[in-house]
Amino acid sequence: MKFGVVQFPGSNCDYDTHYALKQVLKQDAVLLWHKEHDLKGVDCVVLPGGFSYGDYLRAGAIARFSPLMKEVKSFARNGGLVLGICNGFQVLLELGLLPGAMLRNKNLKFLCQHVHIRIENGATAFTRAGKEGRVLRIPIAHFEGNYYAPPQALADIEKKRQVVFRYCDPAGRVTEGANVNGSLHNIAGLMNRAGNVLGLMPHPERASEALLGSEDGRVIFESVIQGFAAPRRRGAKAARTGARHD
Amino acid sequence: MINKKTLDQHGLTEEEYRRIVELIGKEPNLTELGIFSVMWSEHCGYKSSRVHLKKLPTAGKHVVQGPGENAGILDIGEGQVVVFKIESHNHPSYIEPYQGAATGVGGILRDIFTMGARPIAVLDSLRFGPLSGPGNRSVMEGVVSGIAGYGNSIGVPTVGGELYFNECYSANPLVNVFCLGLAEKDKIFYARAEGVGNPVLYVGAKTGRDGIHGATMASAEFGKETEHKRPNVQVGDPFREKLLVEACLEVMDKGLILGIQDMGAAGLTCSTTEMAAKGGLGIEIDLDRVPQREAGMTPYEIMLSESQERMLLVATKDNVGKVQEVFAKWDLDAPIIGHVTEGGQVRVRFKGEVVVDIPVDAVVNLCPAYRRPSRPPAVLPEMTRLPLLPVPSDFNDVFLRLLASPNIADKEWVFRQYDHMVQVNTVALPGADAAVLRIKGSKKAIAVTLDGNSLYASLGPKTGAQIAVAEACRNLACVGARPIGVTNCLNFGNPEKPEIMWQFEQVIDGMAEACRAFAIPVTGGNVSFYNDTEGLSIYPTPVLGIVGIIEDVKKAVSPGFKAPGDAIVLLGENKEELGGTEYLRIMHRLEAGAPPRIDLEAEKRVQNLCLEAIDAGLVCSAHDLSEGGLAIALAESSFHSQGLTGCSVELEDPIRPDALAFGETQSRILASCRKADIEKLAVLAKKAGVALRVIGKTGGPDIVLRHQGRDLIRVPVEDAHKAWKDSVPAYFRVRT
Repeated sequence: MKFGVVQFPGSNCDYDTHYALKQVLKQDAVLLWHKEHDLKGVDCVVLPGGFSYGDYLRAGAIARFSPLMKEVKSFARNGGLVLGICNGFQVLLELGLLPGAMLRNKNLKFLCQHVHIRIENGATAFTRAGKEGRVLRIPIAHFEGNYYAPPQALADIEKKRQVVFRYCDPAGRVTEGANVNGSLHNIAGLMNRAGNVLGLMPHPERASEALLGSEDGRVIFESVIQGFAAPRRRGAKAARTGARHD
Repeated sequence: MINKKTLDQHGLTEEEYRRIVELIGKEPNLTELGIFSVMWSEHCGYKSSRVHLKKLPTAGKHVVQGPGENAGILDIGEGQVVVFKIESHNHPSYIEPYQGAATGVGGILRDIFTMGARPIAVLDSLRFGPLSGPGNRSVMEGVVSGIAGYGNSIGVPTVGGELYFNECYSANPLVNVFCLGLAEKDKIFYARAEGVGNPVLYVGAKTGRDGIHGATMASAEFGKETEHKRPNVQVGDPFREKLLVEACLEVMDKGLILGIQDMGAAGLTCSTTEMAAKGGLGIEIDLDRVPQREAGMTPYEIMLSESQERMLLVATKDNVGKVQEVFAKWDLDAPIIGHVTEGGQVRVRFKGEVVVDIPVDAVVNLCPAYRRPSRPPAVLPEMTRLPLLPVPSDFNDVFLRLLASPNIADKEWVFRQYDHMVQVNTVALPGADAAVLRIKGSKKAIAVTLDGNSLYASLGPKTGAQIAVAEACRNLACVGARPIGVTNCLNFGNPEKPEIMWQFEQVIDGMAEACRAFAIPVTGGNVSFYNDTEGLSIYPTPVLGIVGIIEDVKKAVSPGFKAPGDAIVLLGENKEELGGTEYLRIMHRLEAGAPPRIDLEAEKRVQNLCLEAIDAGLVCSAHDLSEGGLAIALAESSFHSQGLTGCSVELEDPIRPDALAFGETQSRILASCRKADIEKLAVLAKKAGVALRVIGKTGGPDIVLRHQGRDLIRVPVEDAHKAWKDSVPAYFRVRT
């Protein structure tokens, strides 16, 4: 399968994500330039971490106007897989592909550290290679990762089982102490209702090699790859067709 | 027109002025005088230091580029080089901590990518007044946020550094920023103008009125009022710099340009004159074509502005279009503002008139050099004498208090604000003896450390400098890296004071000797004088940035114990030395005594043994003994283990127990190994002529240090960890 990593001006995990996909996971992966309108026939679009447009104004707020985002939106609407990591998650929120918003971390500082997250839903396109309840050790690096959604929206998200990852302690307990940035319901990652768009604050590409301290992030990429190797679902095919027509 | 007052404002002496007139053959106008004032400032011209810096060794087998360029370059094999340098941003960081530190990061990054290297790591050496002072906390908080704000955004990991507190930095904080980049050996670029008639392009941010006379500001003492200097501090825009990095690296990679120089201190002045001087040519620019942020700027202001995120390029006429295309892709303008000329003059036009016409050689190469008078401080003999000191009765208490001293305590509060993992190369997390970065596509890794101990240097500048070199190399040895090159940042007080000049000379002598002993060349660095406020000078603070190579990254070693039941081994010998220790500072309120002695040959033997043992796969953990001595090293190795592994150590050395536990004798490494490997280690040590003994074992709930049959320290590792971990954050807790 083929991954496409979007490069916005100010993206800084674009090469890291590309490296993890191509060199570590040995997948076909290309960089997609934000000013173009070409998704190059990819099967999964990754919006990487960084500071798109300097995160001036608000994280992700300017990137959503990039020309390529029109394509990404229709790709997603047609069921194509879209993964937003960190700044990519923030862009997905700004694009309206995922519900809610990000506030500044509760301690009002940038936080870069390993955290533990628990897989809340093991039946998604991004977690099928893992098990529900499995604890992953993956780094975060962000200033605005304090997830917020209005009460009704939050209730809906929970009801539809859209929460994919929650901050937890090493034993998998979802506690206030493990909630490093103050996110509502310890939310570290969530998907849309259709289950083809995932945003998460932790960086799986930084946890893909034992040399760098953890390989736990691989399960997210491997889930996508596995799903693609399995018999094609109708949604995935529609997505590719949609992308070509747009 | 130019009177004494004008000269004073420009930091030039009457004698220097006479020399300028002689060199350029006319009375300079104000803009020309401004150009000389920055280029001949201490900061740019190294007037007081140049004659001494010549004593440092600069040659070595890895050296591709020594001092004199934007950064030093070392060959790391397989067609790759590392480009690295350290610079101070002390004065601006005191006046405006956030922007001062942020632009310090921005400036050093430009020094690296201007040579064709992608910056892959930042480290910083920070020194502030004690955290008990609210003003010091506020400066530190601003500096740390500034480094984070810039480095995180641009996507270069801040992977390590050092952080110390001392009263002498209360009004003179130090912010030294180091950057290392990676480049292909055949794609290095220099700040050189080539080819008469070739266009000169300006890229990056517009020129504004910020930072005018920053270099001159950094070349004088501060008085009481510093707030009014705030406009001299530049404002950083990391997003713009990120675009610049990508665009510049792209035009360099495509071979579209001939020379490139960043606009750092002294902005357009420095970049135009230096590029011309290095090419042995002249340069002509038209200020009306320089993108400007505001209307009505004078030639003086445009030439001396230190607005950030700007670069100057030289390309052939044929390539200009392609260069501009690349910059347009990154949403940056790249207008032509002039061209390379014959003859060696820098000529600047403004509204059709020539406003500057002076020889570049005079500006760049003929800055006067001074051998300033020097003499040892009269108080030194008194300072290095120690009174009779009582031995403390409760070592557990001393141990916990030392762990909580901010100089020793956990620095996570700082480094978790820095993205230290972006670029996915960070093998050792901050807190290790040295930062370790893997080189993608190779087995190798690069290790980097910053080190300096200003208390030692104030009590014995020569020894202090030697120890700084030795300890930095020891840090590298502890991760398994061989040192290959050095950059230094020399922070001192006012060089016009003979005592300061003496400290400087001594430090250079010590550093030269130590670098020769370790066969590591100095490839460049930075001198920061005038770190004085209201007449009070900082301790002499030489900071060494040393780069090393690990041939096989899989062999890299970390400081934490790996498993219970391993043998704890001490390389080197314990001596009764207490001068200059953190223990004396905290427990006896003394910054006194002679610094620890250092025998460079013995030091080398210890380090070589450590490297050999790591290479043979015999070492589970290795940690340098430094501030706080053996007891603190044991604690840190316990803290860095998985799940807080305790340890128990038993010693018989016939020395004072406080010196044994907390003395800072040099040339010692604390290691651990599997029991089965003890014999093999002992054989290596014997061959190397290094004292090595098994002093205890890992495991258990406590940190235990016994001396001559009795417990000196017995503290639950969790309590010790808490004291160490909670100390720094407690100073910054929001008080409600």
